[in-house]
Amino acid sequence: MATITRTGRARPQGGGWELALWYLMRLTGLGLFVLALAHYLITHFIYDPSEQTAEWIINERWGSIAWRTVDWLMLTFVVFHAFMGMRTVVQDYTRGGVRTLLTMGLYAGALVIFALGTIVLITLPFPAGAE
Amino acid sequence: MLLRYQGGPGMLAWAFHRISGVAIWLFLVLHVFDIWLAGVNPVLYDEVLQVYASPIGRVGETLLGAALLYHALNGLRIVIMDFWPAMTRYHREMWAASWVLFVLLGIPVAVQIMAPAFGFDAPFRFGE
Repeated sequence: MATITRTGRARPQGGGWELALWYLMRLTGLGLFVLALAHYLITHFIYDPSEQTAEWIINERWGSIAWRTVDWLMLTFVVFHAFMGMRTVVQDYTRGGVRTLLTMGLYAGALVIFALGTIVLITLPFPAGAE
Repeated sequence: MLLRYQGGPGMLAWAFHRISGVAIWLFLVLHVFDIWLAGVNPVLYDEVLQVYASPIGRVGETLLGAALLYHALNGLRIVIMDFWPAMTRYHREMWAASWVLFVLLGIPVAVQIMAPAFGFDAPFRFGE
């Protein structure tokens, strides 16, 4: 018996990778409900885009390992959720070779974006005197 | 194709979820790339941030916020129904509630972000 939902995708039957993905989309979604909305509010209610220079990131936004850890968690969740969501879109509208090509492109793109985000999180200097 | 798929009462919710999701994905790619610039080319990064802080940039951020808020609220509604199937009876009420929350939360956010574009101070300042 298929599990019917009103807007979400039906839970895949039979388990395996597709079922794991189905759960992971929902769990990362819940995580991002907090992480992404908080990120948006921080960058618009505590600060304003007009003050967010590279120096500001070093001294304020990523001035501690704790904030970098939170943002890395958000990066992990959002890259998974966004690229797997796009995979669903691709699978809905394409088939055959085009589908394979686009899906592989998405996986490669996810790796590149995750790598770029991780690199800048690790390599951006800390403010002088921080631990 | 977008509007023909699935049908039924959840169709609009589904279509908006898909459109907002793709839009947020596009911004994610741009945003990780611009933050990466902060490390390799801070001067260029600062110039990109000037675009974000410009009136056009603020319109874009407001639209991004709308997409995020819709996707978050409707996503929560999906998760509630998926993990607590009895709530599926109330999917219309939750759909209506998500729009009430969207307007109530979204308007202050839009005012906050757009105010500087019209020469006003942002109304909410929780920073120093």
